[in-house]
Amino acid sequence: MPSLTPAQVRHIAKLARLNLDDAEVEKYAKELTNILGYIEMLQEVDTKGVEPTAQVTGRANVLRDDVIWETPIAEPDALLATSPLPIVEHQIQTPSAHG
Amino acid sequence: MAELHTLTITQAHEKLKKKEITSEELVRACIKRIESVDKNFNAVVHRNFERALIEAKKVDTKNVFNHPLTGIPYLTKDVYCEEGVPTTACSNMLQNDPTSSASGGLHGASYVPPFDSTTTKRLKNVGAISLGKTNTDEFTMGASTETSCYGVTKNPWDTTRVAGGSSGGSAAAVAADECMFALGTDTGGSIRQPASFCGCAGMRVTYGRTSRFGVMSMASTLDTIGALTKSTEDYAVVLGAIAGRDPLDGTTGDQPVPDYRAGLQKSIKGLRIGLPKEYFIEGIHPEVEKAVRDAAEVLKKLGALIVDVSLPYTKYAVATYYVLCPCEVSSNMARYDGIRYGHTVKSADNLVDYYHQVRSEGFGPEVKRRIMIGTYALSAGYFDAYYRQAQKVRTLIKQDFDAAFQKVDLLLSPVSPHTAFTIGANSADPVAMYLEDVFTVAQVMAGIPAMSVLCGFAKSVTPSTVEGLPIGLQIMGPQWGEEMILRAAHAYEGATEWQRRKPAL
Repeated sequence: MPSLTPAQVRHIAKLARLNLDDAEVEKYAKELTNILGYIEMLQEVDTKGVEPTAQVTGRANVLRDDVIWETPIAEPDALLATSPLPIVEHQIQTPSAHG
Repeated sequence: MAELHTLTITQAHEKLKKKEITSEELVRACIKRIESVDKNFNAVVHRNFERALIEAKKVDTKNVFNHPLTGIPYLTKDVYCEEGVPTTACSNMLQNDPTSSASGGLHGASYVPPFDSTTTKRLKNVGAISLGKTNTDEFTMGASTETSCYGVTKNPWDTTRVAGGSSGGSAAAVAADECMFALGTDTGGSIRQPASFCGCAGMRVTYGRTSRFGVMSMASTLDTIGALTKSTEDYAVVLGAIAGRDPLDGTTGDQPVPDYRAGLQKSIKGLRIGLPKEYFIEGIHPEVEKAVRDAAEVLKKLGALIVDVSLPYTKYAVATYYVLCPCEVSSNMARYDGIRYGHTVKSADNLVDYYHQVRSEGFGPEVKRRIMIGTYALSAGYFDAYYRQAQKVRTLIKQDFDAAFQKVDLLLSPVSPHTAFTIGANSADPVAMYLEDVFTVAQVMAGIPAMSVLCGFAKSVTPSTVEGLPIGLQIMGPQWGEEMILRAAHAYEGATEWQRRKPAL
């Protein structure tokens, strides 16, 4: 039975860009361990020689002509306007990537 | 004359066509209904009434009611983008309405998309009138609407119980006649289970039958777009309007869209219907089992042949789903980083710190759980054991259905092993909540359509209520087999009277 340690939960949270306090780490370690315990049953299925299924549409490489639509779905400025951050010269000003 | 809000789409359309009523009257009747009863169960989270009345007046002025949805008011699950209408996935990541019941304390405003989803656009093009947004579990993750930032939607048949989820707001709204129909999404049962709990008609369509463009995605290879309606005939009308290839969603199929409504009239004589034994297991509520077996008898009397079948990999469906879905969630939720839309914070040291703060404050516990399970399952060293293995089991589950549909035309089962559960009953145990999906995720793995149809009421669960609680019959069909499902559901409804019952509010 796999179980997640608090250190593993902290690592996963970091990868997922989530801050967790100590109480949350403890809570999620328990809950995620229970969930992993349940999905563990998949290990008993013999899948030797079975191809994985990623999607069921039977479609592959759906292409369209490289043509600009006369009427866009939305104007670029309208899409920028939904940002909660300052807009400078049609760009979003984010906090510094370098700290 | 029946009160206008209680009409079905097809009844309202007849009256509009004969000029007995106007679209404005219909819209006003639904608005009045929402204003008088919604406080009892909390189905509607954004009201768009002013614009609805303007649109209705335009439709009345034009006075052409050729399409059965022209002038018909509907509600939309809070994940469908509508231009100029707040759309928040019932998440503090996207909502900041100071007047709403949700506590966020956020900066900025609720997300207001500058474009329409393909589905709401198609409905707009035929003159249907959007009244507003319905409650859902946060980003559709849940089976009870209890993870919504606006609080739970209660069941109109018994307000101590959940309406189901994630499309619980849509199901409650339709059951309580707040609208003529409502849009929902079904990733692991999110249309069928609330439809079952509230007594509506609701189908998960074939993956690729309808466009996902402009609908906030949970799991892109599993999400489907559909509706909840008061009757199967109404479902046929709505599906006819929203189905079909969309250049904005590469996974939509170019199979022609049949005239679903015309198809309802065809006979079900000789149709072979299978009862999969894995769906009649210990633990299923006796009244639910009886209602479903009785429904099979009704279909048999109408000329269908009932046969026993087996879907041996059924018991692995929930585990498969709760690997694949969280993996896709962890990827899809990455877009909520506080840059292009949504929650923001003022005091971040740098960009990575900003991401951490925005996401920790914006997402609720169930979203975080799924993101972390997915992140873990996809991380180096675990990918083959979890994700790859789940994809292989998915193949086996799909092969189960392929084999069954060699022998039968449709499959019949309960939607859920029980009726609507009490609010809070599963809140403390995520695995118990996941097991709510026990009969609704295998179809998802195979990409096939499946519908919930009201097939009775369980009285023993809630002796204090007038009717008891609705029970949903699940009718499954092969890929692209919506027409046959609708035909069987319509024949069943014609032979029974469950649909005439309404919740006492």
